[in-house]
Amino acid sequence: MKLTLRLERRLTPSRALGFLIPVFSIVLALCFGAVLLAAVGKNPGVVYQKMFSGAFGSRFGLTETVVKAIPLMLSGLGVAVAFRMLLWNIGAEGQLQIGAFAAAGVALAFPQAPAVVIIPAMMLAGFLGGALWASIPAALKAKLQVNEIITSLMLNYVAIYWVEYLVYGPWRNPKGYGFPGTAPFSPAAELPRLGTSRVHLGLLFGLVAALCLYFILRRTKWGYEIRVIGENPTAARYAGISLTRNILMVMALSGGLAGLAGMSEVSGIIHALQRGISPGYGYTAIIVAWLAKLNPWAIVVVSFLFAGLLVGGDQLQISMGLPAAMSNILQGAVLFFILGGEILVRNRISLTWEK
Amino acid sequence: MFRGKVLWTLLAALTLVATLVAACGPTPTPVPPTPTPVAKPTIPPPTATPAPTAPPKMKVAFIYVGPIGDAGWTWAHDQGRLYLEKQLPYVETTYIENVPEGADAERVIRDFAQKGYQVIFTTSFGYMDPTINVAKDFPKVTFMHCSGYKTAANSGTYFGKIEEPRYVSGLIAGKMTKSNILGYVAAYPIPEVIRGINAFTLGVRAVNPKAQVRVVWTNTWYDPAKERTAAEGLLDLGADVIAQHQDTPGPQQAAEARGKYGVGYDADMSKFAPKAVLTSPIWNWGVYYVDAVKRVKEGTWKTEQYWGGWKDGIVDLAPIAAFVPAEVKKLAENKVAEFKTGKATIFTVFSGPLKDQTGKVVVPEGKSMTGDELLNMTWFVEGVVGTIPK
Repeated sequence: MKLTLRLERRLTPSRALGFLIPVFSIVLALCFGAVLLAAVGKNPGVVYQKMFSGAFGSRFGLTETVVKAIPLMLSGLGVAVAFRMLLWNIGAEGQLQIGAFAAAGVALAFPQAPAVVIIPAMMLAGFLGGALWASIPAALKAKLQVNEIITSLMLNYVAIYWVEYLVYGPWRNPKGYGFPGTAPFSPAAELPRLGTSRVHLGLLFGLVAALCLYFILRRTKWGYEIRVIGENPTAARYAGISLTRNILMVMALSGGLAGLAGMSEVSGIIHALQRGISPGYGYTAIIVAWLAKLNPWAIVVVSFLFAGLLVGGDQLQISMGLPAAMSNILQGAVLFFILGGEILVRNRISLTWEK
Repeated sequence: MFRGKVLWTLLAALTLVATLVAACGPTPTPVPPTPTPVAKPTIPPPTATPAPTAPPKMKVAFIYVGPIGDAGWTWAHDQGRLYLEKQLPYVETTYIENVPEGADAERVIRDFAQKGYQVIFTTSFGYMDPTINVAKDFPKVTFMHCSGYKTAANSGTYFGKIEEPRYVSGLIAGKMTKSNILGYVAAYPIPEVIRGINAFTLGVRAVNPKAQVRVVWTNTWYDPAKERTAAEGLLDLGADVIAQHQDTPGPQQAAEARGKYGVGYDADMSKFAPKAVLTSPIWNWGVYYVDAVKRVKEGTWKTEQYWGGWKDGIVDLAPIAAFVPAEVKKLAENKVAEFKTGKATIFTVFSGPLKDQTGKVVVPEGKSMTGDELLNMTWFVEGVVGTIPK
């Protein structure tokens, strides 16, 4: 006789657990962090209070959290729509870079254009740039069954180095003392901001994108097709749904949203193209989309909360004198516990005696 | 997939409302007095208002691009911070490490300014625009940005002529090489790095005209593994001395692993590769930090573009390794003495005749490059093997 522990898949995941387990996971993660913080001689309560107020406790903190949430939201939505169809687009980072590149190209080419012309043109360029970049793995997947995880991931590096090449080479600001980075955009090419904060129009892009995505997925035939393919590709094929066409279209939409994130970063925040425009937003977006269970509205919320975690993490260093590694540990712990908890939402643990 | 929809949507709506209310709500009232652009440049930037009683400590913040444990660039700045705290008891410092150079930097710098820090040092080139942006909104705070070129009435720049000790390290390296191939692991093709490569090469070729310096770009300041791999590539090409413009001792460790020599940077790197490191051009940022903060305290600080040399003490050469032959050491020490007295400077290093990689004379005999030309330098001197992206 021995006791065995087994995970059994829940046939119908419990709705209450779906909410309680993530909350409990976060509490556990914070407890885990508290032990570490206590071990380095800090009062965990004070640390968490500082983190929370750093991210949400002041007008400055809140607006900065929103600023950080915008690219996560847009690229998170992009990633989610592809994941819905079981298309593993890991290339949001590269699509974001190409979107930023295309938008910057438009801004630099037409420095005289008024805002009403240049902003929509940059949005279009950013979206198309990201969409085209995502179409490469999409076409390879649709026509040759090449694994899109590998191709989309690898293209990230191509995109990042392409932007680096431009800002060190042909697009370098001639008045920049040889330092990398393009000339600043004309003021017309800057997205309007909210008051004195850095919150820019990109927030609206994100919210509208979430609304559109929700509408597409729930109310249109295309959305229905995406969902069917995601639930059961074989059934979809029998139903006469074109896999090729949907792969191409969904990846284009996915990449386009990430491209729009890139556009809104360069136009809303940086006002030029330079290296390091994204500290890995495209990768964090995957986590955001996953935590939000690919639901567009949940992505809006999760990107805001996740951004809060990142922004609040500053306070560990600024107010508490803790090393940068500590905020990475806390972020990692939260993710680890939430993703671990996911298993319990989908499965139940059974303990049985076996002979 | 849609099970938790209702809950999620509710949560989403709530948070959104909260955000929007907080973000667009009472805009003008709770904001600190709308920052007006700095007045006239003739008015010295206001410093900490003297309190009637015992004044609280002066708060000074440092923004770092790497971790303080990088054993290089950020470590050297942090040593400067500690020196500042020790020298000026009225100063209290805080730092934040690992701040990316993109959109995050502005948030962090602004946060310090809002928290009442009176002096903020931003220690990486990519912080230039964020520093200027924040400086505009906080005219009472003094900002100092390392290695950039943009200034404002309350925002200066500072840097040092590290090329002077680099030149001397080149003299030593030129004497120590046997293969006449030296490797240089370089971060980014920008004037700061290019100048360093050129100064090193001029030092090497002053004692060994047959030698060449091969350059590899890593496109990163801080990436120990990548720095090391780049050095290994150079060692494979036959290089037997590895110099570097990187933030960590990775390249030195690569050289030691192959039994070759190296020249560190930023801080004395001999601890990390004792059998390889000949010497290291190093920064003494503390000298400048004490001087600048003192001036802010006394109200005599004015915006400036500080560019100190060996004579000022901001740069130096780490002790030369014991295994370097006495006559090489002697040669180097004689040159060091010239720099320390100001007889030799960066301008004597970069004086004609200077040829570019194609052999064309760019700076004729009897002429010297100007400070501005040096700060804009985007070409390699003869003896460097490598390309600068155009």
